[in-house]
Amino acid sequence: MSNVGQTHTRRDICLRCPQGCELTTVLDGSDTILSVEGNRCKLGLEYIEQEIKDPRRVLPTSVRVRGGIRPLVPVWTPQPMPKALLMELARASRDIVVDAPVAVGDIVLQNWRDLGVDLVASAAVPRET
Amino acid sequence: MAEANQTVSRDVVVIGAGPAGMAAALTAHEQGAQVLLIERDIGLGGILPQCIHNGFGAITFGQDLPGPEYAHRYAERIQAEGIEVWLDTAVVDLSADLVIHATSPKRGYTRIQARAIVLAMGCRERTRAQIQIPGTRAAGIYTAGTVQRLINIEGYMPVKRALVLGSGDIGMIMARRMTIEGATVLGVAELQPTLTGLRRNYVQCLVDYDIPLMLSTTVTAIHGRNRVEGVETAQVDDAGKPIPGSERAITCDSLVLSVGLIPENELSQQAGVEINPITGGPYIDSRHATNVPGIFAAGNVTTIFDLVDFVSQAGERAGRSAAAYVAANGTAASQSGTTVKLKPGRNIRSVVPNTLCLDDEHLQVALRPAAHLEGSAKVEFEHDGAGVLRFHERYARPAEMIVRELKAKQIEQLKAAAAGDATVEIHLS
Repeated sequence: MSNVGQTHTRRDICLRCPQGCELTTVLDGSDTILSVEGNRCKLGLEYIEQEIKDPRRVLPTSVRVRGGIRPLVPVWTPQPMPKALLMELARASRDIVVDAPVAVGDIVLQNWRDLGVDLVASAAVPRET
Repeated sequence: MAEANQTVSRDVVVIGAGPAGMAAALTAHEQGAQVLLIERDIGLGGILPQCIHNGFGAITFGQDLPGPEYAHRYAERIQAEGIEVWLDTAVVDLSADLVIHATSPKRGYTRIQARAIVLAMGCRERTRAQIQIPGTRAAGIYTAGTVQRLINIEGYMPVKRALVLGSGDIGMIMARRMTIEGATVLGVAELQPTLTGLRRNYVQCLVDYDIPLMLSTTVTAIHGRNRVEGVETAQVDDAGKPIPGSERAITCDSLVLSVGLIPENELSQQAGVEINPITGGPYIDSRHATNVPGIFAAGNVTTIFDLVDFVSQAGERAGRSAAAYVAANGTAASQSGTTVKLKPGRNIRSVVPNTLCLDDEHLQVALRPAAHLEGSAKVEFEHDGAGVLRFHERYARPAEMIVRELKAKQIEQLKAAAAGDATVEIHLS
């Protein structure tokens, strides 16, 4: 292909740990990674490969609870979801109501949009007595 | 109610059931002490139940957990061990003879005679009044933690259109949280010329949600009679002073402040605990002992931490020390042994603990850098101008506390060079 010889560089901050290494990645015209610099460990390589191919993020939010000692339960996506769809799942989660008791690890929304993404409870909410 | 309006006694009383208090209670209990854990909220966990984002537990559990789940792991163990917990109970007074006054709807007013106390009350947020933003006192001026509590625990959405002041982690995380719940967040303004929180939060909270970061910017006025109607921002110069002519008016209904955390030490001061003006928390030694015999302190009440894992470690140490103090019963076993004082030097804002008990194994030092150094950073301990020990870090950033275990050899070096009430200065370059 005529543009395979052209490289471009991108700069990213790795999100895999609190250090936030600044990655400088050189790619060719077909987005193949030629080099990565700035990572202090191999998680940085995993991160940038994923970020270029299919950027994913965790969504933390809360959903309503019916009949519990508290009105909400915090939830999150332990398997990161497509970055572009974060606000769509955020909006969809506002309609969810779960019944108490809720246990840590309960799946409040399973396999959203068939993407293999679950919304999972991160706190317990006992039933109101 | 047999215990209402009485005096009771316990071995170790832990004040605050956040991560530091829970770890202290568990460890003291494991060491055989009779423990009472007192918490003013109706559940365990401290601030963690409202920290619904992930990023907790990388060191403690080797996992990336949301705050509530991290707290849940400790709460389950406390329940399983049958440790006595008083929830919905506020400690209102504390004295140097280890008498605690507490009040709760269930028990009324109770006096507790403790044999050792662990202070684990955490911290509070700096307020609008403390940073003196001119303008009205309309509704809609919140600290970020208040908005976090209102949204995540109480189930209210108190904000429609907000400006966040402060680029610390809480500010960035709440900018994202408000956006997730449908608010418009106009930006995060930051007085400093650089980000004050973690860079990964800049990406996953601001960039990902199209929230602008406005550096070298502050809020110069708040407008609105009953509710905030708008704020004025201005660019600031190198000295942090607003630059005339750079003012901008921003229409919003909320100003969310993330402008610093302050260790909460009113009770500590009531008991005569000496407070370090640099950290805002008690002076502690490496056993977490304060100047009052039998009173120990751990976690954010001593200095503001970044990672909860280090708070849990501090709580464990304090719990162990409190139990040991009870067991030693004021005998020689509780003496500090050979000690050295630590003082922050060049480019170090604060160091905790302030005194190292050099006869102990496993000494950990936590440093708050005052400068940004990328690529490499050198930490040097000096006594009387001579270097005693040094170690290297990959970088130094004010947003990230440097936490280091001292190796046995380094402890020996300290003993040789500077023991017996000597002061060692710690420098960063």
